Amino acid sequence: MTVTALLPLRRTRVAASVIPGFGLTLGYSLLALSLIVLLPLAALLLKAAGTGLDQWVRILTDHRVLSALWLSFGGALAAALINTVFGLLVAWVLVRYPFPGRKLVDAFVDLPFALPTAVAGIALTSLYAGNGWLGRILVPLGIKVAFTPVGVVVAMVFIGLPFVVRTVEPVLQDVDLELEEAAASLGADRLQTFWRVILPAIGPSLLTGFSLALARGVGEYGSVIFIAGNLPGISEIAPLLIITKLEQYDYVGATAIATLMLLISFSLLLAVNLLQKWRRSRMGG
Amino acid sequence: MGKTATRDPILIRWGLTFLALIFLTLFLALPLLTVLVEAFAKGWAAYQRALSQDDTLAAVRLTLLVALIAVPLNVIFGLAASWAIAKFDFRGKSLLVSLIELPLSVSPVISGLIYVLLFGLQGWLGPWLADHDLKVIFAVPGIVLATVFVTFPFVARELIPLMEEQGREEEEAALTLGASGWRTFWLITLPNVRWGLLYGVLLCNARAMGEFGAVSVVSGHIRGLTNTMPLHVEILYNEYDFVGAFAVASLLAILALVTLAAKTALEWWHRDELVATGR
Repeated sequence: MTVTALLPLRRTRVAASVIPGFGLTLGYSLLALSLIVLLPLAALLLKAAGTGLDQWVRILTDHRVLSALWLSFGGALAAALINTVFGLLVAWVLVRYPFPGRKLVDAFVDLPFALPTAVAGIALTSLYAGNGWLGRILVPLGIKVAFTPVGVVVAMVFIGLPFVVRTVEPVLQDVDLELEEAAASLGADRLQTFWRVILPAIGPSLLTGFSLALARGVGEYGSVIFIAGNLPGISEIAPLLIITKLEQYDYVGATAIATLMLLISFSLLLAVNLLQKWRRSRMGG
Repeated sequence: MGKTATRDPILIRWGLTFLALIFLTLFLALPLLTVLVEAFAKGWAAYQRALSQDDTLAAVRLTLLVALIAVPLNVIFGLAASWAIAKFDFRGKSLLVSLIELPLSVSPVISGLIYVLLFGLQGWLGPWLADHDLKVIFAVPGIVLATVFVTFPFVARELIPLMEEQGREEEEAALTLGASGWRTFWLITLPNVRWGLLYGVLLCNARAMGEFGAVSVVSGHIRGLTNTMPLHVEILYNEYDFVGAFAVASLLAILALVTLAAKTALEWWHRDELVATGR
């Protein structure tokens, strides 16, 4: 495995550098990468490959499995869309409208990166439960968040937000104000300038942020399971179903769901990457 | 018209700023505040009592131990990988970088599952491990492995772009003047990347101490033995010991705030010596 992996990685400019340690550092990196990441992932794929077609069909037509996958991907999609809108809003305000304390707010946006997911999970649950600060307002209005699929989306919004803000913010900072001035002097109003000049400029970063938030939401476990209620077929996410199957020693079932999730996630990320490449090539130099 | 053309009316500015702040308050500030309020819901004495239980202390010790093993391992890996990638040219470099970042797009639960399939009793190496009386899954080694997996790219992805940006001239000069490879690394490269390294260590440590999903799969939840702090939060919460759960959670929240503060301080004071901030 390591030997074949090494072949395409041969140095292309051997004599040009006096810097030592190429073999040692690359060798160690490849060894660590293989042992920690590649081999265990290969074990998953190998297990999946050994699963018969009839078993795949049985697992993937199971109502409980399908609704768990639907909730994980659908919920993550909804949350990523909400985060695209509000993440853009937050980035826009942080870049364009100076207000006192802006730098602190900017730093605070990274909270979901730093706060352990289990902590976020129990905090959101107690906020939205019937006697929580927000639940007390929402539940009498007939809006139930805790222990419903809505709660799943709320948790996914929490953990996905910084992905959109952090990818859009630097691009928004670089948008040329002169372009906006030119659009205005040609008679465009602010809304037209936003749609025709600003949005195309930040579009790719918005799409990247969206796909990162989506990928994170799909696999999310810790912040979701407390607020979800985990009713099979209704508010049970796919990662939880993997754990349930493992606890029942159904390794084949767990592997099948995990493999399918990985395949869909990677295809989504790949599609977004290709879309970005196609867009860049169409825009020309 | 220069300035007014790109400036929005004051009502829109205030309206949008207000909307953004409301959103951040609802989704970020309130959850954080809840943790602290719930932890002290029954007073300071109850908070202290909750934190001095034996199982809680064991969870704190295990979390520190796991981070103490996982973070240095990923520092060594990050330094090695960034040295190889930034200081040399070879084919397949971008593939290698993508593979290093792979764990970021794997669900935490799947990160745990792959080790169960490898080392679990029914796993590929399970029978061999059992014959030799070695335990990985439902034991500390499994928790360490799962943690190393989920934090694998954290140090490397801060160092790789930083070292690439700094180039090779300084190292080449030192080596040409007769310094050894190690000396060059210690006296030139390491000081050059020290803030980026610290930044990566901060993020790596926060994730290592806070990881829940991956560790949950491999831990077995044995109280006092294989329970990390986030897992202990779950157990206490599910037993309706809310003060206990939020007390342990408050420690993790404080860790998150300290991490954020240190990270922000680095970004403010050493922005030039960090690249790829954020993300």
